[in-house]
Amino acid sequence: MNELIYFFNYVVVAGSVTGCIYAIGAVGVTLIYSILRFAHFAHADMMTLGTLAVLLLTLAFPHAGDPLGLPTAIVMLPVAMALTSLVAVGIDRAFYQPLRSHGVKPIVMVIASLGVTLMLQGLIRLFAGTGSQNLYVDARKEIFRIDVPGVTRPIILTEPQIILFVITIVAVVGLHLFLTRARLGKAMRAMSDNPDLARASGINTRLIITLTWIIAGSLATIAGTLLSLDVAFKPDLSFFLLLPIFAAAIVGGVGHPYGAIAGGFLVGFAETLAVFNWSVLLRPVRDSLPTWLELPNNLALVGTEYKIVVPFFILVAVLIWRPTGIFKGKVI
Amino acid sequence: MPLLEAVDVHGGYGGMNILNGVNMTIEADEIGVIVGPNGAGKSTMLKAVFGLLTITQGEIRLRGEAITNLSPHKLVEMGMGFVPQEKNIFPSLSVEENLEMGAFLKPATASRLKAQIYEFFPPLLEKRRQPAGELSGGQRQMVAMGRALMNEPSLLLLDEPTAGLSPRYMNEIFDRVKTINAAGVGVLMVEQNAKQALRIAHKGFVLAAGQNRFSDTGEALLNDPQVAKSFLGG
Repeated sequence: MNELIYFFNYVVVAGSVTGCIYAIGAVGVTLIYSILRFAHFAHADMMTLGTLAVLLLTLAFPHAGDPLGLPTAIVMLPVAMALTSLVAVGIDRAFYQPLRSHGVKPIVMVIASLGVTLMLQGLIRLFAGTGSQNLYVDARKEIFRIDVPGVTRPIILTEPQIILFVITIVAVVGLHLFLTRARLGKAMRAMSDNPDLARASGINTRLIITLTWIIAGSLATIAGTLLSLDVAFKPDLSFFLLLPIFAAAIVGGVGHPYGAIAGGFLVGFAETLAVFNWSVLLRPVRDSLPTWLELPNNLALVGTEYKIVVPFFILVAVLIWRPTGIFKGKVI
Repeated sequence: MPLLEAVDVHGGYGGMNILNGVNMTIEADEIGVIVGPNGAGKSTMLKAVFGLLTITQGEIRLRGEAITNLSPHKLVEMGMGFVPQEKNIFPSLSVEENLEMGAFLKPATASRLKAQIYEFFPPLLEKRRQPAGELSGGQRQMVAMGRALMNEPSLLLLDEPTAGLSPRYMNEIFDRVKTINAAGVGVLMVEQNAKQALRIAHKGFVLAAGQNRFSDTGEALLNDPQVAKSFLGG
């Protein structure tokens, strides 16, 4: 039983945490692609930017969360989402909009987004330095140990993990309701389907583009903050998620928000399972194994330091065998 | 005052003129049909009316008001509806959502109009929750026309509404166009099925090389031996 708890803690919990973050990141990437038709490489640094906003607000008001019994960073999240959305819309107006009105090819937009990402990286380091900082400025991360009867090892969940699950569910349900119920949400899907017809229907496409950046900026802030709450704030933390997030968006089928969620969890769990030490699960049967078969101490598929090859492999495999992804999306 | 007037319209894409002086007039209760050989500029003229290409010379007026080179968005607000020949639906949206998008500018009237559209195109009612992309060609055309009608246009522009449809659906669509017109909507449509289209047309415009070759009532054009010989296949 101990081994199963171990599996739960290190695969189910860890995989869900990674999956949630990839999913929220990939939904942003896929929404931007479906409305603006380019791969937004600055998305990861937009996550960091949002987290930076949370960090600065938390440093300014370290005890704002105390009355609610929540980490201050979570209380500051909505404010940071609004600020980041504003910056995202500003970036669009300053850099992407002029290119769009010239009718450039998507690849030019992609390169422009690389420029934006470099710029954001510089700005973020200017304000936050290069070191890592804890988002729990003046408080302690709570760790919950849930004892399972008859087992010595407890299930371990941390406060940021629980917050992460709750916020992910709220964000996904909220986005679903917006896209299927709200007039502007439907218009967003319409524009993703057929931009010319959306215009011919009187849909204000500029408004939809602005809305897309607001949603993308908000989701990026959520993903970055939840990740940094679980780990810590580092200027390059989210940047290294760029590959898995794009892998998730492509696996799910680019342009499909639900596909991006599925892709996020698929990539997250694939990564977690690949670095999991399977030897632990085999320990109970070690004594019954024949003597010539010695159980190695580490039976992981790849070492933790090579985790990044997993999404890379998934990405290559999907692009070769099913470039439209699980849900038949667009081909980038 | 005519609903739509086009006077000596010149225009095209990227400096290349396709229209070289097109004239047409449609009254508020009329169906106008543009026919002519391939490359005559039929669809281009329709797009020029809807502000989808640059008009370099001439003028277009809607109820006497100059609308030359206004944006499609503005024209929709002024009561124009446009159904493109291809890609005229939102394939992943349900039939109902397609219709709602047509009423994007008038959300308050959406539910009343939706009921009317379902009455008008009964096959759409049972398919209203289905993605429009899964429908048959004729039903998709109904969705496309329904979407444009949701804005309660005074002028409906149809680009080859019967292209690729079976004769049964073709006649049904022409019937619907007549009914729409009888309800007080002016129609301007481009058609390949010239004879059938001219039969329901009050006004017909035969275009060739971006200019009017013949303009008359639909009936007169059908009976004109010269038009019949050169453009209607004898």
